[in-house]
Order: sequence, then C-alpha cells, then structure tokens
Amino acid sequence: MSALINAGLTPSIGLSEEQAQLIDIAQNFCRDKSPIDQVRKLLDDDTGFDPAVWHEIAELGWLGIGVPEEFGGIGLGLGELVPIVEQMGRHLMALPFVSTIVAAQAILHSGTSQQQQKYLPALASGTAASLALCEENADWDLENISCTASQTDQGLVLSGRKFLVTDAHQAELFIVSVRYDDKPALVIVPRAALAEGAMSREKIIDDTRRSYALDLNGVCVDADSLMEQAKAAETLAYIELASSLLLAAEMVGGAYNVIDYTLDYLKTRKQFGKLIGSYQSLKHTMVDAHMGYERARSHLYSAAYLFDQQGEGEVAVRMAKAEANEAFSFAADRAIQFHGGFGFTYDCDAQLYRRRAIWCSALHGDARYHRRKLADLML
Amino acid sequence: MTAVDQKQLQEFKQQAEAWFAENTPREVDFMLPLTFMEVGTDQQFEFLRAWQNKVYEAGYLGAHWPKEFGGGGLDRAFQDVATKAMAAERTPIMLNAIGLNWTGPLLLDRGSEEEKKKYIKGILSAEEIWCQGFSEPDHGSDLGNAQTRAVREGDEYVINGSKIWTTQGNYADYMILLARTNPQAESKYKGLSFFLSPMKGQGIETVPIRKLTGEYGFTQTFFDNARIPASCLMGQEGEGWLIAMQTLEYERGARSGQAGGHVMMSADPADILELARHAQINGKPAIEDPAIREELVALMTEARALGLNSRRDKIQPLAQDRPMSLALGSKLASTDFYQRLNAFAIAMQGTRAAYYVGDPQAHDNGVWQRGYLNSFSATIGGGTSQIQRNIIGEHVLGLPKG
Repeated sequence: MSALINAGLTPSIGLSEEQAQLIDIAQNFCRDKSPIDQVRKLLDDDTGFDPAVWHEIAELGWLGIGVPEEFGGIGLGLGELVPIVEQMGRHLMALPFVSTIVAAQAILHSGTSQQQQKYLPALASGTAASLALCEENADWDLENISCTASQTDQGLVLSGRKFLVTDAHQAELFIVSVRYDDKPALVIVPRAALAEGAMSREKIIDDTRRSYALDLNGVCVDADSLMEQAKAAETLAYIELASSLLLAAEMVGGAYNVIDYTLDYLKTRKQFGKLIGSYQSLKHTMVDAHMGYERARSHLYSAAYLFDQQGEGEVAVRMAKAEANEAFSFAADRAIQFHGGFGFTYDCDAQLYRRRAIWCSALHGDARYHRRKLADLML
Repeated sequence: MTAVDQKQLQEFKQQAEAWFAENTPREVDFMLPLTFMEVGTDQQFEFLRAWQNKVYEAGYLGAHWPKEFGGGGLDRAFQDVATKAMAAERTPIMLNAIGLNWTGPLLLDRGSEEEKKKYIKGILSAEEIWCQGFSEPDHGSDLGNAQTRAVREGDEYVINGSKIWTTQGNYADYMILLARTNPQAESKYKGLSFFLSPMKGQGIETVPIRKLTGEYGFTQTFFDNARIPASCLMGQEGEGWLIAMQTLEYERGARSGQAGGHVMMSADPADILELARHAQINGKPAIEDPAIREELVALMTEARALGLNSRRDKIQPLAQDRPMSLALGSKLASTDFYQRLNAFAIAMQGTRAAYYVGDPQAHDNGVWQRGYLNSFSATIGGGTSQIQRNIIGEHVLGLPKG
C-alpha cells in the first residue's frame, strides 16, 4: 500500500515551531473568547461578532502573520495561520478573519506597489476587508464573471451585482472581481465608494455568519484602483486555494467539536436503561465520523505544509477541502440525528455546526468539485 | 533516540536498493502468495523460506534488532529504508510474519534472556516458523473466552482443545498459544496463560482450512493430551490475557518493534491507474468515465491520508487531542480501505469483472478478484473491523461498553 500512498506525491506533513506554539495559544484564546453561550448571544447581533475580540486578535499580531515585514507584518507563509483558523472553527467563531487574510494575500499577489503600501499595513493591524467574487451564476469558477469595470473621465465605473460578500458591514475595503477589457480583473473598492443602500444583508444558512449582496451599479473608484490585470487569473486561482485551505481548517476544527459535543451526550443520555453511547449503531458511527475527522486533519496539515509549493500545494489543498467538507458534514449530520428529539430543537448546538458545514462547503467548492479538479491534475 | 549517521544511512539505503534490484526473483513459474496468509503449497513455502533467509543473511531483515540475538544492531531507520526498498521492488513477501511482527517484538520487549537467545535468530532466518493460537472455533472475536485447557503436571503442561485460523499452522515449529490454566479464576481473563509452544509433537494435529478463494493457508489445530515442557510458559500463569493484548497491539500497529520486511503485497497505484486506462466500461476506457474518475481520486485521497496519519502521529502537538487515536485506528482504516479498493477495481471492468484467476479474459490474471476475496482475512482477522470500532469507540472516544 505504501506505493499507493506515495502515488505521484510524497505525503509530506510537518509543523513549524511557530505553528506548534500557535496551537496552544489559539486553543486557549478561542475557548475563552467564544464559549457557546457567547456564540448564541451573537446569533441575533447585527454584526455577529465582538469588536473587542477582533481588536485583541489584531493586538496579538495574527492578522500580520502572512504579511511581509516591510508592510508591518511577520512575513510567514499562509500555512502558519491554519492552527488559528482551526481553533476558531472549533468554537464557531465568526470574525472577518479569513476574508481579511485572503484579501491581504490577494493584494500582496497582484496589487500595485502603491496599493500594497497603502493597504497592507492597515490590513495587518486590524482593518477588516472582504472579497466580492460570487455572482448570480452560483459558479465556483471565479473567472465566470459578468460584473464589469470600465474607465471613464470620472474614473473606473463598475456595474453588476455581487453575492455572498462575507462581513461586508465591517469591511473597509473590498477586492471585487470584474471583467475589464473583456478579461478578468480585480479592483480594490473602498467602502466609501459604495452608494447608500448598495449593501443588503442576505439570509444565509449559517446563523453565526453575516453576508451581504453588493450592488456595484454606479460605483466609481479612482482609475488606479485596478490591480495588475496580467496577474488577475493567477490571483483568482490563488484566492480559491488560500480560501480553501483556511475553510478546510475551519471545518476540521468544527468537526472536532461537534464530535466532542455529541460524545458528551452519548455518555450521559440513557434510553432503555442504558447509556446510548453503548449501542453499537451509535458507537460505530461515531468512530466512522472520528476517523473521517482524523483523515481530514492529516490532509489539512499536509496542505498547510505544502501550500507554497507549486503543483503539490494545489493537490494537497484540494484534497484537504474535499475531505474536510465530507468529514464535517457527516459528523454534524449525525450529531443532529444522535441527539434525537433534542437534536430537532434550536437549543441543540448540533444544528449550528451542520449549518456551518453547509456554508463552508458552499464556498470555494464542495467535495465533488475539488475531486474533479484533482482528477484533471492527477489522472 | 540517538542521532542517526545520515551518511551511513544513505549508503545503506543505496546498497539495499541495489541488492533488491539485483536479487529479487523475477521469473517465478508458479503463483506467489500476496500475503503471508496465502501460503498454500509446499512449493510456495519452500521458495519463500529460502527468500527470507537470503534477505536476512544479506542484512536487510531485523537490521535494528539486537546483535546478540541475531539482529543487525543498527538504528530502526536502517530497517525502515530496507523495508521500503523491498516494497518498492515488489519482492516476494517475508514468510515468517507471525514471528517477525508479533512474537519477535513481544520476546524482545518482555521475554527472558533465555527466550530471546533461543528464538530470535530462528525467526529472522526463517529456520523456525511461528504461528498464532488465539482464536478458537467458538470464540473468534471473543478471545477472552478461550477454552483450550493447559493443566500443569510435573514439568509439563497438558494441552487439550482446538485453535482455528492458524496461519501456516501445518508448517509452523512454534505457536504463541493462549490457553486456560485456571477455569475457576475470578474473571475469565485472569484464568488465561501464554505459551511458546512447540508444534511438532504427539497430540498436536493440524487440518488445513480451505479458504473462500479455494486456496489453503490456514489450519485448524487440535491438541489432544499434548504435553509441552513447563518452561514454555511465558511470564506467570494468569498473565495470558495481558500478553495476548500486547501481542495484538503489534498486530494492530499500535506498538512498534517489528522486524521489518513486507508481509503483504498490495495494489500499486500504478496498477490501478493502469487498470483504469485499459479496462473498458460502456465501450470506453474506465478512466474516461467521470464517476470512475471521481472515485479514483477519492481512493487516492484516502490512501494518502493513511500515510499522513502515521506521519502525523509522530508530531506530538498534532496527535495529542485524543491519545492513541491514530495508532489504534490504523488497522481499521487500512484494511477497510484495501477492501474497497479491490472492490472498486473489479467494478471498473465491465463484463470482465466476472472472470477469475486462470482465465485469459481476466484483467491482471484476476489479481483484483482474488485480492478482494482475500482482503476479508484482514478485516476479520486480528479483531474484526466491528471489534476495532468497539475498541476505538471505547478507548479513544471514551464511549461506554455495551
């Protein structure tokens, strides 16, 4: 079997000292800041997160981990952030963390040097940002764009509508994908450029999250808001992989805690005079969920380790996203079922995880999407 | 752990690769067993015994076991590269698997000096073949209920009862035997003792079992007033369950110390990809079918996770949330995977899925069909997958016993 495991690739996995430390720090931080009572309290909150926690995260320097030192960051690879996002996922934290990180990486990738100097120090120190990529076509292919931008005397004028823009209410700037000269392009849109009423909150399945539709019609930004168009396609591909890696981390974290939550119930709930966790139909299924989680976690840390490597990184990330989608979805689905009648109530936390799993799978590709990409890469 | 001389290791690796490239038998005119559980003919047995002996004499088996008992006295890393070279070259398997993987490490970990001196070298050289006597006809997964009796009479134990699924039982010189010395013990577990029992002697008879493939490889072993020296008792009376559980940990991959060398040949990705390229389904190469492609990728992803899991298990901060999880899960994960892999390989063959070993129409001479049927030996033996789920559920997830 070893040969099969090695098919095409060495199954590399590793952990840097920084990551090892971050696991502990992030574990304590997220557990303290996001107990389930707090998560539930924020469900009805307009912003959906605690600004004080966001401020602390900025103080801890986590937003600058992937930003080079010259822009006020630490200059490490994106993989270093995986332990943090994994722990955030365990505790269902909802912060503009992933969107801000990915926006900064996109600017690092193909922003002009002027844009990098203008925005990166702010993003590394607590200014939130988001990406406006999805459209009505519901396509995971980020190059399937119908929104447009064109140069006019007033500046760059945008048109069209974007959907699923996470944490838009908090973002100070947006990376927006458009067609420009009939080719994909990315534009940096400051919040101030949006017309009043351009943002409308969407009703999404994950109650812990906030998402908005963005009306770009009439938006006019400075002519130099365009990012380097020659690198746009490459940057969109990068955004997909970077987001997939961090979403996988969030899901692996979620899978761990929803399994833990269900185990607690199976160890205390009695039916027919026995703890229900002693019944094999439940016990064995929990083992399958747990094994799926372990597989996904191994793939996650392999993807974190290989992320910056051409080719191997893409294979590892797609495998990690596919495995995380399935492991989290299965664990959370069974979590509802195994809580019985209580599982059908809003009070049972299992639904929060299941909704989160659907949300995370919907963004940047489900398992089948990534497997099809992998088939083209590997077969 | 002491630092390994990387230069020395590199040289050893090159030597091993060159040796296996040169010495691996290529043109064998009979079917070689894919696993140590499929040794069904004398011809296969003698061939594999000679091959293991040759590998041992060349220094590529037990390279990390202590020199004083017949090992190579090197660091574990040396045997690992030799084992890898063996698997990469797809050499015939190491025959004496029970000795190499279970009895040997058990003796090295808890055997007496005398036992180590007496048995280790013969295990490595394949001069003394070992088998395992745990399961009984009426007590497969429920090992603790073993009923084979061992009664002390002077300097001997008298054994009565029967064991089943004795791999290579008809060839074995010794058996690791779990037998009941005290039927009145306060618990069924405490009544068990562990023996290093000879297999050749009066009152011990083996009867071959015909497997689902139609081949042989296992026996049922009958003890009828068989007398074995009292010195065959390992440890103390009543420690049988404890020692048997430790043995199973080697078998399940939860403990290391195995002599190395591969004891199972398994599907190579190149093989299954090759099959997908030339097997036809709906009039087209299977590899062009979108559903087949997706499934292939899913299996390759899963295979990769098996390797990643064992590597992650060595990275402490990534393996501490649920201690023992990855080690105890590896048997279940890999045997279950291998079974589905073979089943999938059959499913991409169109009507040719119906053929079996020996028919010219069979893909790869039926290796997938035979491999699938044989894969149940691993999902049933050594504790069924269902028992594995109980173990993981109870010991890793902390769920209550049923």
